[in-house]
Amino acid sequence: MCTTCGCGDTELVPVELHDKILAGNDRQAAHNREHFLGHGVLALNLMGSPGAGKTAVLEATSRFAEGRLKLSAVSADLATDNDARRLEKAGIPSKAITTFQACHLDAAMVHHALDGFPWDRSDVFFIENVGNLVCPAIYDLGQAANVVALSVTEGEDKPIKYPVMFQKADLVLVTKCDLVPHLDIDLARIDDAISRVMPNPKVLRVSARTGEGLAEWFAWLEEQRRPIVQGKGAHMHGHAHSHEHTHSHEHTHADGTVHSHPHAHVHEHPHEHGEAKAEEHQHEREAGHAHDPAEKHEHRH
Amino acid sequence: MHEYSLVQAVVERIEEEVQKQRALAVHALTVSVGELGGVDPELFRTAFETFRQGTVCEKAALTVRVVPATWSCPACGKAIEKGAVLRCPACDLPAKMGEGSDGLTLDRVELEVP
Repeated sequence: MCTTCGCGDTELVPVELHDKILAGNDRQAAHNREHFLGHGVLALNLMGSPGAGKTAVLEATSRFAEGRLKLSAVSADLATDNDARRLEKAGIPSKAITTFQACHLDAAMVHHALDGFPWDRSDVFFIENVGNLVCPAIYDLGQAANVVALSVTEGEDKPIKYPVMFQKADLVLVTKCDLVPHLDIDLARIDDAISRVMPNPKVLRVSARTGEGLAEWFAWLEEQRRPIVQGKGAHMHGHAHSHEHTHSHEHTHADGTVHSHPHAHVHEHPHEHGEAKAEEHQHEREAGHAHDPAEKHEHRH
Repeated sequence: MHEYSLVQAVVERIEEEVQKQRALAVHALTVSVGELGGVDPELFRTAFETFRQGTVCEKAALTVRVVPATWSCPACGKAIEKGAVLRCPACDLPAKMGEGSDGLTLDRVELEVP
């Protein structure tokens, strides 16, 4: 019964929303991405288990890249700023993000960390996520790519056990490869496991101790930077590029039922990239979520 | 335990809808969780039980739809079995993920309106 005006029975109204639960985080991530691209900075989300060697990889990258690439980083942990201090010592301007109970970083935490920190004067900005192979994968932070560190001591089947993390990876760094002679591990089996969860596998074997694979890792960083650096400087030779957005529109039926339907919109805007590679990759991924506009108008009565 | 922050986002979105529709109560809600969405449906239900106290969703029934992950060839369309290498053996192309496989959506709410 209606309790406010006494007009009679209330009505049960189904409302179709089809909203992404993480829409709020995605908006903040898009904002972060504008910051990164606007400054021509390659932002990378570095994920992996606790102890996978994320910090060690960054220290080794700093030694290897000395003078050729300016690095900066934020480093997230539930407690302590140990990793950020290690990175500072390695010559990487860093800031700690202490997440307390949170098992992952979200876009707002990263945005907050950008304040008063010279990330914008670097070439590559690493977001060293909380050591965790589950939750960090689902939060977009505004990064250009995801890098997952997987150490040889973690077991050959880790990728199959944590498919979400590896499916979202753009690059897997198999770390601590100097330990392989001391372990019963077959690197080919790691590659095989990755190929079952990552449709376009890209894997590099590295060792922060011996420097193995760092040249290839450095080359990968340079390749990712190219479209971003060219995008920052070039404004004249743009090409059309489309983004899909989903908006909800609602309408009321004669019977008083209110529905909200998502609609896909394609916006064309000129984009200033010299190299289409990274972009194509991005689109390939988006294609998984893209909907045919016709499908979007699904009405359920 | 990111399921708590997801439940919080869902409840906030529903609060918005309740204000918009001037609803008196929320009777039901349906969320879809893709197999590759990184969310444990049971943990999501537990988080909802805890978090809904004192919110507009206090008496709402939650339905969690679990969407299985699917992969297929982007060219020939042939499905790629779970656990197999994510590449079409015939066309030699990386597999394409099926819609909803990694989705996390609030699909529907049932509101009581005057």
